[in-house]
Amino acid sequence: MKAKNQRLVLALLALVALVGAVLLGMSALKDQASYFYSPSDAVRDHVELGRTVRLGGMVEKGSLRREPDGVTIDFRVTDGAATVTARYTGIVPDLFREGSGVVAEGRFTAPGRFAADTILAKHDENYKPPELAGNGMHETGSLKR
Amino acid sequence: MHIFANPVRFLQLARPLTGWCGWIGAVLVVAGLGAGLFLTPPDYLQGETVRIMYLHVPSAWLGMAGWGGIAVASIMELVWRHPLAGIAARAVALPGAVFTGICLATGSIWGRPTWGTWWEWDGRLTSMLVLLFVYIAYIALAEAEADRGGQGRIAAIFGIVGVVNLPIIHFSVLWWRTLHQGESIGITGSSIAGSILWPLPVALVGFTLLFVSIVLMRMRAMLARQKVEARLRRMGTEP
Repeated sequence: MKAKNQRLVLALLALVALVGAVLLGMSALKDQASYFYSPSDAVRDHVELGRTVRLGGMVEKGSLRREPDGVTIDFRVTDGAATVTARYTGIVPDLFREGSGVVAEGRFTAPGRFAADTILAKHDENYKPPELAGNGMHETGSLKR
Repeated sequence: MHIFANPVRFLQLARPLTGWCGWIGAVLVVAGLGAGLFLTPPDYLQGETVRIMYLHVPSAWLGMAGWGGIAVASIMELVWRHPLAGIAARAVALPGAVFTGICLATGSIWGRPTWGTWWEWDGRLTSMLVLLFVYIAYIALAEAEADRGGQGRIAAIFGIVGVVNLPIIHFSVLWWRTLHQGESIGITGSSIAGSILWPLPVALVGFTLLFVSIVLMRMRAMLARQKVEARLRRMGTEP
């Protein structure tokens, strides 16, 4: 084998080994590297109460209620399978609304009850002008992993 | 590719290409960004902030494509000892790093009104930040090696190793739950409405041509410097 070909084989082998190692690492990290728990995960993994975690899902339609103090809100976060009731005091991002994605940071105070310290709106991959958006309600078909 | 092992032949092609790519690229960038600023409708949800996409997406693409180019050039350098490959890789590094920085900055500016945060350590954002650091490390390594009269082999190995970050960036939004949204444009189509989408490919091609022009310019400058240094050495005076 010529030296040139030897180097080529070596370089390709190294590349394959590298990519393989990364793919293995990635799949092992799949759960740890996730940015938030979905409501179903939280039930499945028995997330302990009081631990700071992120909870992500869709804000269930018709679930958003504002407390009399004006800044505290209650809403339900759902992923279609499980639902968690969340409570937050403070100003929410503009894109936070019913039927839209949300990532809340906080902790579980009781099974199925979540106290959020921070609210982030999760935008989805759909972009359209206002006149195409129908009645103006934001609708996300699925919670993509 | 071996035609260009002769720098004279490469320069014959590179000289006119620099100008053509640069000017056409600049026109397309102005057209794409102008259309994105003034002609497209705002997004129904994000409002006007959607327009940052016309800068954000091309810079993300060039940041990643730049490293892809470094990796290919590094393989060519290690395997075929192509004389221009190392120069090409080093010429790509700086503009690649700049576009990665632009991508991170524009993303952050978009994230504040949309998500409600400047920065979050989610999979996509973190892996893109890692790419910026990898670029900076590559530039430092290549310079250090050149200073010591090395042949660029260590930088080339680093260029190949760094490529593992590219699939991580690309698949981060598919493998893991991230705050960053999934892919809007896939093989099967786009979930961006046509009236918002159309300036994006214009800007994308424009920035890419501009990038090619900058890389060619830097390669020519590097070749010219090599020539000067060689001539000085022949004259017996170290540069």
